[in-house]
Amino acid sequence: MIAARTLGVTGLALCLSTTLGAQGASRRELVWGGDAEGGAPFVEADPANPSRVRGFDVEVAERIARGLGGVRGGRGGPRTARFVQVQWSNIDQSVERGDFTLGLSGVEDTPVRRARHAVTIPYFEFREVLAVRPEDAGRIHDLADLRGRRVATLGATIAYDLLVASSDSTGLIPLSYDDDVHPYADLARGRVDAVLLDHIIAQRALRRSGGLAFVIVAQPVALGHYVGVLARADSALRDSVDAVLREAMRDGSLEQIFRRWDVWDPSQGALFERIVRSNTAAATGSTATSHVVAYLPSLARAAGVTALVSLLSMMLAVIVGLGLASSRVYGPVWLRVATTVYIELIRGTPLLLQLFVIYYGLAGVVRLPAFLAAVLALGLNYAAYEAEIYRGALEAVPRPQLEAARTLGLSELQILRLVRGPQALRFALAPMTNDFVALLKDSSLVSVITVVELTKETAIYATNVGSWVVPGALCAAIYLAMSLPLARLARRLERRWRPAA
Amino acid sequence: MSALLVIDRLSVRYDSRHVLRALSLEVASGEIVALMGPSGVGKSTALRAVAALQPFDDGRIVVDGFALAPGPVPPESRLVKLRRRVGLVFQAHALFAHLTALDNVTLALRHVLGQSRSDAEAVATKLLASLDVGARAAAWPSQLSGGEAQRVAIARALAPNPPLLLMDEPTAALDPARRGALGTTLRHLSKQGRGLLIATHDTEFARAHADRVVQLTV
Repeated sequence: MIAARTLGVTGLALCLSTTLGAQGASRRELVWGGDAEGGAPFVEADPANPSRVRGFDVEVAERIARGLGGVRGGRGGPRTARFVQVQWSNIDQSVERGDFTLGLSGVEDTPVRRARHAVTIPYFEFREVLAVRPEDAGRIHDLADLRGRRVATLGATIAYDLLVASSDSTGLIPLSYDDDVHPYADLARGRVDAVLLDHIIAQRALRRSGGLAFVIVAQPVALGHYVGVLARADSALRDSVDAVLREAMRDGSLEQIFRRWDVWDPSQGALFERIVRSNTAAATGSTATSHVVAYLPSLARAAGVTALVSLLSMMLAVIVGLGLASSRVYGPVWLRVATTVYIELIRGTPLLLQLFVIYYGLAGVVRLPAFLAAVLALGLNYAAYEAEIYRGALEAVPRPQLEAARTLGLSELQILRLVRGPQALRFALAPMTNDFVALLKDSSLVSVITVVELTKETAIYATNVGSWVVPGALCAAIYLAMSLPLARLARRLERRWRPAA
Repeated sequence: MSALLVIDRLSVRYDSRHVLRALSLEVASGEIVALMGPSGVGKSTALRAVAALQPFDDGRIVVDGFALAPGPVPPESRLVKLRRRVGLVFQAHALFAHLTALDNVTLALRHVLGQSRSDAEAVATKLLASLDVGARAAAWPSQLSGGEAQRVAIARALAPNPPLLLMDEPTAALDPARRGALGTTLRHLSKQGRGLLIATHDTEFARAHADRVVQLTV
């Protein structure tokens, strides 16, 4: 399981892993994919040599590579393990693409994954545990105690599915994060009331915080397993990997690895025993059939969030933009300078950065709810662009018309209201519509601060069904259904307000 | 005849160049005065100074008892009396593009004089009819011919009923027949007791329709 991700780095890593991936691998190599941003003890960049990775998943991969030489189907001779970086949520897609042969990075055993890909036997049992603030430790023992409370986790995980599944019966509010660091930070700040994640991650977060920021509830909410994932077509190789894993469970080498990384506990011994004895895949049973229909309500809800965030942001952008534009056109020099600085600052820095600053950066001063922070960040960002549109539109109204209005005795305010404003609005309408369509799409960025909107929901859906084809098409159709009528409406209004010459 | 407009040694400089040097003229009620001279001689500048659209450096302007002094243009709040006394018809008409011909004329009636919409529309309809563009009341400025647009612009300037009307190059966009008609219109306005100051370089038109010609030279 995986930690803080930065979009640029993972995007680059994904490109690299594609070009350097399994296609180019020699027979002597086992190319495996994981996410080093997940950090220790899974996979992390080696502090002594950052070009290498270390962690228990690294050693499991090396053990599998060594073992593949000695088992049937292993095509003779031990192999070496070569790591490629991949974003954790993309491991399934990348392994099917052939970017690497084996995905191994706290990958969870789920029915959907088993249905879509060749999945190994489980090699580690984890507990989904709740973390709560120390003062709540006496009150909160399981999900049922969290009615009306906000519970954070990493998106597209068993933990998130658990939260969503129990939200109806328990009345808790699930919140999806893109990394496993910020949920604990927000727990300490009081933004969320609990975090549900794998016990390894929870213990790591507790150590980082100095052991005082929160308490881990002893009773686990659920059990899960880490597995390796291979392309569906590689089921024969998967069987070889399973044989190696069983061997490693029997000869104690897997136990040694886990003890070295301090994640060994009696439940692992029990898991190994069950698996070695059963000789078949131990975990989860029924294959989930994921119908499109099942996802439609959540997609519709997410589309509603996208529409609402966009609409409120645009309203804010228009109001603030009008203020900025009139300050720039009518204001005294100091105000003109101030608005110019604001506009250039906002337009010259990434929206993503502004989102983080407003949500996390300001958390020490005001603890804004995620939705409000999203609307504020988007609205204030687009206000800068709107301001420039309005300024241009105001200045596009021919000067003689303004002078004619003055000679008629209209006041400056009347001129703005009756002559300049209405015509500027007409000039501004088309670029405003373009901006609104752009905002509709930019609103997908707010998922980084836990607002589950259309793109995020689609990503969750795609991860669950293991394919982007249907979710992607559906998502695109919904965005188009929202943006096309807008463009049409704008054209109509323009026609109405700009009479034929 | 009492002087409706007095311009006394009016000078306007851009940087240090004189655009207008010591212009003096008077316009009486019921009088049509043509301000003549080649392009760039400062005819438009003189009109704009009288309409308080631009500052002047020396001299004095008095419109029906309201005096303008050299220096920056005063704020609109102190020009209310002047605005009631002076109408200006721009060379390019400068009609409000988002309003119909009728609404161009009613705008000042409703929002400056505070008339009701129906009162304003009655006045405007009458004005447009008297200028022979009654049929075009519902048209947008972009749908009007040059001559129609000019007459709508005259109607707009006349709507608040100013005693002094300034016109900048009114014949620039007109064919000869239209020029004759415009002359008739101007004469009609002067008969109502208005003073008209017309900037033009059209010698023929000035000779035919003005009571007096003031010649500007470079």
